[in-house]
Amino acid sequence: MFKKLTLSAIAAVGLMAGATNAAVIQSEIEDFDFSFEGPFGTYDENQLQRGLKVYTNVCASCHGLKYVPIRTLADEGGVGLPVDQVRAYAAQFDIYDPELDDWRPGKPTDSFPESNDPNAPDLSLMAKARAGFSGPYGSGLNQLFKGMGGAEYIASILTGYTGKEKEEAGSILYQNTAFPGGWISMAPPLWGEDVDFDDGSSNALRDEAVDTAAFLMWAAEPKMMGRKETGFIAVLFLVLMSVLLYATNKRIWAPIKRQAKES
Amino acid sequence: MSGIPHDHYEPKSRGEKWLHSRLPIVGLIYDTIMLPTPKNLNWMWIWGIVLVFCLVLQIVTGVILVMHYTPNVDLAFASIEHIMRNVNGGYFIRYLHMNGASLFFIAVYLHIFRGLYYGSYKAPREVTWIIGMLIYLLMMATGFLGYVLPWGQMSFWGATVITGLFGAIPFIGDPLQTLLLGGPSVDNATLNRFFSLHYLLPFLILGLVIVHVWAFHTTGNNNPAGVEVRRGSKAEAEKDTVPFWPYFVIKDFFALAVVLVVFFAVVGFMPNYLGHPDNYIEANPLVTPAAIVPEWYYLPFYAILRAFTSDVWVVMLTNFLTGGIVDAKFFGVLAMFGSMVAIALAPWLDTSSVRSGKYRPMFKWWFWLLAIDFFVLMWAGAMPAEPPYSIISLIGASYWFAYFFVILPLLGVIERPSKQPATIEEDFNAHYGKSE
Amino acid sequence: MSVQSETTETPDMIEEPQETRRDFLYYATAGAGAVGLGAAIWPLVNSLNPSADVAALSVIEVDLDGVEPGTRITVSWSGKPVFIDHRTEEQIAKARADDTAQLPDPALDADRAIRPEWLVQIGICTHLGCIPLGQGSSDPLGDWDGWFCPCHGSHYDTAGRIRKGPAPRNLDLPPYAFKSDTVVVIG
Repeated sequence: MFKKLTLSAIAAVGLMAGATNAAVIQSEIEDFDFSFEGPFGTYDENQLQRGLKVYTNVCASCHGLKYVPIRTLADEGGVGLPVDQVRAYAAQFDIYDPELDDWRPGKPTDSFPESNDPNAPDLSLMAKARAGFSGPYGSGLNQLFKGMGGAEYIASILTGYTGKEKEEAGSILYQNTAFPGGWISMAPPLWGEDVDFDDGSSNALRDEAVDTAAFLMWAAEPKMMGRKETGFIAVLFLVLMSVLLYATNKRIWAPIKRQAKES
Repeated sequence: MSGIPHDHYEPKSRGEKWLHSRLPIVGLIYDTIMLPTPKNLNWMWIWGIVLVFCLVLQIVTGVILVMHYTPNVDLAFASIEHIMRNVNGGYFIRYLHMNGASLFFIAVYLHIFRGLYYGSYKAPREVTWIIGMLIYLLMMATGFLGYVLPWGQMSFWGATVITGLFGAIPFIGDPLQTLLLGGPSVDNATLNRFFSLHYLLPFLILGLVIVHVWAFHTTGNNNPAGVEVRRGSKAEAEKDTVPFWPYFVIKDFFALAVVLVVFFAVVGFMPNYLGHPDNYIEANPLVTPAAIVPEWYYLPFYAILRAFTSDVWVVMLTNFLTGGIVDAKFFGVLAMFGSMVAIALAPWLDTSSVRSGKYRPMFKWWFWLLAIDFFVLMWAGAMPAEPPYSIISLIGASYWFAYFFVILPLLGVIERPSKQPATIEEDFNAHYGKSE
Repeated sequence: MSVQSETTETPDMIEEPQETRRDFLYYATAGAGAVGLGAAIWPLVNSLNPSADVAALSVIEVDLDGVEPGTRITVSWSGKPVFIDHRTEEQIAKARADDTAQLPDPALDADRAIRPEWLVQIGICTHLGCIPLGQGSSDPLGDWDGWFCPCHGSHYDTAGRIRKGPAPRNLDLPPYAFKSDTVVVIG
């Protein structure tokens, strides 16, 4: 009873907070640390390669990455696989070639296959199509300081299963603390120790989830390194330009202002 | 052309004379950039140059993007990804274009609010003001059309909702909406015509910008003191003004560089901050996003649109008086456009003889309340249409109309303005004379 | 551009050294501005260059396994047809025999094929850009049993050399290399 009273008091005072929650269904997104965060953060090549492995062995059985060309796995500043490995990786897929009107082994110039399961969304842009953070009170401050949180959202989903299930309209839903609404139709894809990493990194559930999220961030924004670099050079140059223009402006106006002082 | 007396271009060499007698283009450029400009312009007068930069940026990056974009419902989304992944530097050009729209609107709002505070809309600058509002309206249209092109979920559903506004117009609404969409719903025909118009409108804006500049070059710039440049003679005018080049060109460029530091930081480090994640999901006519939110720059007017629901007494009264023709939906549309028309009518609604808000002690408060109101409406527009946001929107919208239709006319009568400087020179000297 | 109508009667004229410093500042600002403008224009121009997906297709690998002697295949490279001809001994001998014949565009057969049995050429007539016939099993091969361009009647021999007709040059050769006995890399 006391608790109820307190709750309603809070609700009455913090009207806005309540309504915000109604709009964006509260979900628990953990603020994972990723190497690519911040103005100078870069992708961790090894992590992306681990994420690629999890993606290939687990996610790809249902999901696709149709906008990601396989050749970009060799791009610097990204997954950075050697070219021959990329070719071997591509060859594992059967790709329909409209020119041949037949199926053939994949080539690096092909894109990743589409989703196998029509209910499984394509993951190419998933890390940009979800925002892990919002608010407070619709101000957008959380996104300003923590980032959009797409990768955090994915990692939180992968680690957010509670183990509870329920059946609804003939399909099984799984309880997930990170999913808006709390019940997700995707069965827990990762359990920990799903794959073995060649570099001996931990394959505990949490580590696998973070690696997968990092890989999907790369898939959604493969040019992030180039973007930040260009942005940084532009900012640096414009700061210099501002200083020069400030000094020029001061000097040009000096006689006019001196005249004002003397009058 | 009348205006502030100043030196004009005199062709000297034979070649210059030859050209000048056939096409006085050098003289036109000279007169444009040597325009006598009030000495005392402050840092709020820099947004014009930022806006010119934005227009050029958007046209240049836009022309490049068009070379790689495909306006077709099956290919549009993929062609954007092609730009982001394959085109050399395409990701940066696209992010510049995306965020360029936001910078454009930040600058235009500051530009408009500067005009509202310093009374830039008052005689003899009404035409400049009206043209400016037309530019703003075209910018809104262009921004909306452009947002549809990536064919994401927000593109699609934004287009559906906004064209639905036209459907609210009594009698002709439905056929009008069908005409706009080129079909019963947003589809390929819509995307193609939006693409065409998105390319066309910026050039109309460019034309209006030239007229806008022409208009205020005729009347001269307003200035923070709100008193006119003395025009009795050239010598007198020169006490109040300096030529635009180099004094204000360099000052404006300095300000532009500072603004661009922030802009490029956003583009480089958080380019999706101002966007909506849902637009990275390809449009799906069968699934509506959880919440359809327009781009931030439409939010204040979107809030006004939604504020007038059928349980508001004004709406009920209007509905009764018009015999049901004006329902809540149409009322909202009228309110939204009305709130913009109100700004355009400011020159005739403001009865005060004093131009600058600096010398209007009561006006100041109401003005800043309007500025806050703008942000409150923007925030309420992003929130779901339910209490308490709907009530906040209603209060905000009411103040918006009250400011223009009640407060501005009334203040001119009841307010006692403080003492203005007699001349721009006096204002400038007072500022730079005593300090330092 | 000069600044005219300076309202100031410029009181005490400033001394020499300050004057140069002022000039330097102006030049530095103008120079930096020009550099910035140039740096902004280059990426815009560069964006018109072939995009990564197009560039990735500029090198292709062709598997020649299963292409029997006497058969020809056509592959697409950079938007152009490439004729790959697995020549028989007779065809090679015929081409070599004509090395000394009267040729409009003289070339040795040995210089036209890295491996004599594999002739790799761009299948575009050097006259006006039609695609010569000869790849299909029932196509006319022309008077020299090579390729025949139906547009204006150019005849090519079994080494792809122009023998008769308006075409000025032999069929062009793409850059290619053998990665193994059965894999050729074109581009």
